Amino acid sequence: MNLFAVKTSPVAASDYADEWQNLWGYLIGVSVFFTVAICAVIVFFAIKYRRRSDADRPEATKDGKLLEILGSVIPFVLVMIMFFWGAKLYFDARMPPKDAIEILVTGKQWMWKMQHPNGKREINDLHVPVGVPIRLTMTSEDVIHSFYLPDFRKKMDVVPGKYTQMWFHPREEGQYHLFCAEYCGSEHALMVGRLHVVSPAKYEEFLSSGGRGAMAEAAASDDPVVAGKAVWEANCVVCHSGPGGIGPNIHKAFGTMRELETGESILMDEAYVRNSIINPNDDIAKGYPAAMTSFKGQLSSTQINQVIAYLKSVSEADQ
Amino acid sequence: MNEPTSKPKPNYLTSGNTVSSWLLTVDHKRIGLMYLLGMTFFFLIGATAAALFRFELATHDANVFANDTYNRLFTMHGIIMVFFFLIPAVPGVLGNFLVPLMIGAKDVAFPRLNLASWYIYMLGGTFTLAAILLGGIDTGWTFYTPYSSVYADSNVILAGSGVFITGFSSILTGLNFIVTIHKMRAPGMTWMRLPLFIWAQYATSIINILGTPVIAITLLLVVFERSLGFGIFDPQKGGDPVLYQHLFWFYSHPAVYIMILPGFGVVSEVLACFSRKRIYGYEFVAFSSLAIAAIGFFVWGHHMFTSSQSEYAGLIFSILTYLVGIPTAIKIFNWVATLYKGSILLSAPMIYTLGFIGLFLVGGLTGLFLATMALNVHLHDTYFVVAHFHYVMVGGMMMAWLAGLHFWWPKMLGKMYNEFWARVGAVIIFFGFNFTFYPQFIAGYMGMPRRYHVYDIEYQPFQMLSTVGAYFMGVGLIICFVTLVSSIFKGKPAGKNPWKATGLEWNQADSPPDQHNFTSPVKVDVEAYDYTDERIYQDT
Repeated sequence: MNLFAVKTSPVAASDYADEWQNLWGYLIGVSVFFTVAICAVIVFFAIKYRRRSDADRPEATKDGKLLEILGSVIPFVLVMIMFFWGAKLYFDARMPPKDAIEILVTGKQWMWKMQHPNGKREINDLHVPVGVPIRLTMTSEDVIHSFYLPDFRKKMDVVPGKYTQMWFHPREEGQYHLFCAEYCGSEHALMVGRLHVVSPAKYEEFLSSGGRGAMAEAAASDDPVVAGKAVWEANCVVCHSGPGGIGPNIHKAFGTMRELETGESILMDEAYVRNSIINPNDDIAKGYPAAMTSFKGQLSSTQINQVIAYLKSVSEADQ
Repeated sequence: MNEPTSKPKPNYLTSGNTVSSWLLTVDHKRIGLMYLLGMTFFFLIGATAAALFRFELATHDANVFANDTYNRLFTMHGIIMVFFFLIPAVPGVLGNFLVPLMIGAKDVAFPRLNLASWYIYMLGGTFTLAAILLGGIDTGWTFYTPYSSVYADSNVILAGSGVFITGFSSILTGLNFIVTIHKMRAPGMTWMRLPLFIWAQYATSIINILGTPVIAITLLLVVFERSLGFGIFDPQKGGDPVLYQHLFWFYSHPAVYIMILPGFGVVSEVLACFSRKRIYGYEFVAFSSLAIAAIGFFVWGHHMFTSSQSEYAGLIFSILTYLVGIPTAIKIFNWVATLYKGSILLSAPMIYTLGFIGLFLVGGLTGLFLATMALNVHLHDTYFVVAHFHYVMVGGMMMAWLAGLHFWWPKMLGKMYNEFWARVGAVIIFFGFNFTFYPQFIAGYMGMPRRYHVYDIEYQPFQMLSTVGAYFMGVGLIICFVTLVSSIFKGKPAGKNPWKATGLEWNQADSPPDQHNFTSPVKVDVEAYDYTDERIYQDT
């Protein structure tokens, strides 16, 4: 192997990755300076003040305050720059832009399941168009996983019972690493996928392509909104639609604040819908009995995702 | 003082040769040696696991071990090294041996409790060994839920119980040391005259008492969830898996300071002795240990920036993490300043100590990368983190442990080891260590996740270097081990104070010390580390 051909830094695949590299450079600078300076001083002292005779009796040095003051203030200033810079970049990186394409990701021992806005699914591969921000809404069917795109310097844990989000903005076509970063059992090291950044035209072609391989059977319900409507009508509509139902009418309420029996109110978001299906008695709607039983085990995570997608779409259409 | 050499003074080693005189001893020095044996045994198991999986990791594909075997090996390495070596090594061995000697006491405050601590430690170790022998455990040393509590198909209950049990040994030892340091100091041994090793043990004991019960109860909850179906962490039952991470790191981050603070204490002693200087800024070094212990309890969330914990909580954890770095930086500056105009002798303990400063410095500075929220998102759970904590734990704690072991070996066993081979071992370990772990920083920066035995070929050069380095370091450890052990049989008598060091253990106690530590009443009339005092240079 040619050692000079070895890559020693990761690809920077987005503008964010460039900003990340600047911050990284600042920390490398500070670290290299202090490591070299302190080690050089130690070596210098060890030579200059080496014990020449066992009779050496060095004089006591009087403690001064200057070292303690400089030794606190200078590091303090340097690390506060790290803190503010790092926190700002982190918060920027947490806020997805409004025009992002949303892709649903489900982690499962030991694969990544992706679903595109039109329902097209893939496993372990993720195709996205170049130049468009991509938002991932993620959950896990079993243990904690972590969705890691090193070339974009982004990672987010994928937690069962929760929805987490991450986003990225690819700027160049190509293939990029996709890893599971949270240890998840036997085949953790094999829970590896690939991110394909393609031209918008290729992405459209990909979305409408018929060759769906292993997922062919699922073709009928590939669109989460369509599939979600079926789940809704089979399970929820009896109690939750129209005035006078046993439960509150939530058909077109996604994204609104809901009043609870406790007097608090809660945002109807993905986590709330999911939790209300799994643990219906956690948050009782104001004016309604705690009559609903858990749908845990009756609805899969995928089906819950589909209902959520459906409720989102009808609520958006209504606004 | 010309006693005939043919009639050596009785000491704690010769005061009883029966097995029961060891197994039922309440002598803190003998208990220290028993910890040394137990801990060395566990260290060898942990090191063997590392040697095996480093072999697998040399190339990018799986060639020796199946997935499950590899997962069990790194878990075993982590659990054994953290809970049975890093945490108990310095307090259990050096702390037990030295705390009473350094403060001029006959024993610790509760000698029987001290013996009980050793048995608890060994019982916990036995449970963990049983877990390994019965098929192993594959959760990683972090036991993350719901994997550990619901999904893992390995001996989580046994291993978790082992860690739970051994935690009580830490709590009781911590309690013992705090009472001993408060109540049993010799006349004249004021707080500001205490050796910095004692300050470090004191700070460590506080963390042990406050933190260890939390990990104990957390692991108990995991065991209950697994065996009885509690729904604390399992989302299927309404539990919260991220809650587990909060509870785990609430202990396990302070535990990093449990591991490293005693090492700081060792470094201060050795540095003062081999530069013949008082530690510069004694008060700052002493109080920085307490500051680290206090702030260290409020930084645990920096392990969780990508876990879905609140971003705003993350801000607080990030800033506090930098603040805990300041007292650490102060310590390093003061240690380096201690060398200034000293009389520096590069003995084996001093090589380990100077190595410690350099390696711990790298470990600390790379900790700043991980405290920086945006950088953490990329580096978290990669080899960068693996390299960072090995620089702190092995480059820091293990180097300090070996420095202390070489420094006090003549006092503990009354024999000198071969200085040349001890230095060779120290230098090989230092370079081997860097060879092993420096490439892992690059692999992690490149994006290689940890706990992968099958990986993309672009990371292979770094893993290959790391494996070669690890065996190089292994050679150093073997040299070190053989040098020390052979000194027991062939070493020359050490004499009371071979290093011409300050401190009651060197100047008032024999090597090895008497069964009751001191043969004449102890009274302290000097400040700590007064290397201008001619009395310490007198031959005795």
